Amino acid sequence: MGLKREQTMRRVRLTFLDHMIRQPVVYLMGRDFEVVTNIRRADVQENVGWVILELEGEEEEIDRALEWAQSLGVRIDPALGDLVEG
Amino acid sequence: MPNTLSLRCRECSRDYPIEPLNVCDFCFGPLEVVYDYEAIHAVASRERIEAGPRSMWRYADFLPADYDPRIDINAGFTPLIRARNLAEELGLKELYIKNDSVNPSYSFKDRVVAVASAKALEFGFDTIACASTGNLAGAVSAHAARSGMKAYVFIPSDLEAGKVLGAAIYNATIVAVDGSYDDVNRLCSELADRYQWAFVNINVRPFYADGSKTLGYEVAEQLGWRAPAQVVAPAASGAMFTKIWKGLNEFAAAGLIDGPVTTQMHLAQAAGCAPIAEAYQENRLIIKPVKPNSIAKSLAIGNPADGFYALKTIEASGGSAVIVDEPEVAEGAKLLARTEGIFTEAAGGVTISGLKRLVESGRIDRDEPTVAYVTGNGLKTTELVADVVDPVHITPTVDAFEQAVSARVS
Repeated sequence: MGLKREQTMRRVRLTFLDHMIRQPVVYLMGRDFEVVTNIRRADVQENVGWVILELEGEEEEIDRALEWAQSLGVRIDPALGDLVEG
Repeated sequence: MPNTLSLRCRECSRDYPIEPLNVCDFCFGPLEVVYDYEAIHAVASRERIEAGPRSMWRYADFLPADYDPRIDINAGFTPLIRARNLAEELGLKELYIKNDSVNPSYSFKDRVVAVASAKALEFGFDTIACASTGNLAGAVSAHAARSGMKAYVFIPSDLEAGKVLGAAIYNATIVAVDGSYDDVNRLCSELADRYQWAFVNINVRPFYADGSKTLGYEVAEQLGWRAPAQVVAPAASGAMFTKIWKGLNEFAAAGLIDGPVTTQMHLAQAAGCAPIAEAYQENRLIIKPVKPNSIAKSLAIGNPADGFYALKTIEASGGSAVIVDEPEVAEGAKLLARTEGIFTEAAGGVTISGLKRLVESGRIDRDEPTVAYVTGNGLKTTELVADVVDPVHITPTVDAFEQAVSARVS
């Protein structure tokens, strides 16, 4: 994949509710953490929105970036939906 | 060879070859199978289907995998029961129960896994895998046993061991992961990238999902080659719901039933995990994922992959979505058992209570033919209705029996 050995890539779905809609979360994530953010698909409306995001960086840094987003109230889920079925 | 042309992204319409792929490289949209409908329509007929096997493979012309006897455990072609007692109780003129709880591993998952397994063998996989808390695990393991493939089933380690007995009995390797559902999701996603396995709802998902189209075909055939006016079906990821609709429309396009299909598709979820129905009720097409907290474990998908498409199906068909309260899940299962002699698991209870609510609210037309889908067997979730066991205790004498029974009936 042309990545450095310790680098990894993760695809997640961020869901923004109400007050979070206007926050530049993806920008801040890229600025404050050592991760490359790449929006691949999104639908943002007045009161709710989602972004399919590709994150590239070290595993632990991606975890930190997502934990930070979660602490703001952004919901983080697997990009492809839940895989654990009944 | 199956009548398929390619895989296509549902979002950006890019085409991909028929391979173990499930997501578009460009936009991460989900891929779905593109069929050669010209070839299908050239051969499809009611007579050809009726002469086929009494299983879902009678519709092989419409499926993305060829029939393969190595995986065939006789999934599908389950009974469509005219439910006169339940209809009378609910005030409906013509009600049918599609009883998919009598599949070989006791749920509709046999349909999707049958197609996934056949495709896995075609692709040359020797191992099939899934992450599941119940029905899917059983279906994957049973098909693996039949086909000779190895099976891996991943479960959260806090799941009661008995829940996967229906998988372990087939000699599948059960992997209990110390972590949350989210952790299991993430691990499986990583394993799917790393191992050359057929992960049924990951890399072979486009084929897997289309197995549910047979739920639409069968009902149309069993109704005498017509589409029902109204359908009520439960939803977890939402895929099955969309495929019932797709199946009906494919039959109409093939001239096997009259078109256009005017079936109203109604979706049911339980209050503890209802991200699709909540979106419908709040008039939005964006799903807000939820953390499941429902007794209907087989429907507990908080981040449903096909939620958006399920909402589009509701919209296209003029249907609706209904949420039942958690206590209604067991009540629905009991109502079906009491009136029709069919014992369903929690998802079926959601369907029946959802149907009841839809009738009461006027969303279901009492005079039009209605089909309710019961997708799993009650013996899988006996704890749901354990309170029905209330025996009459007596000493071993006739007098004691008659006294106790008369006291109970009076």
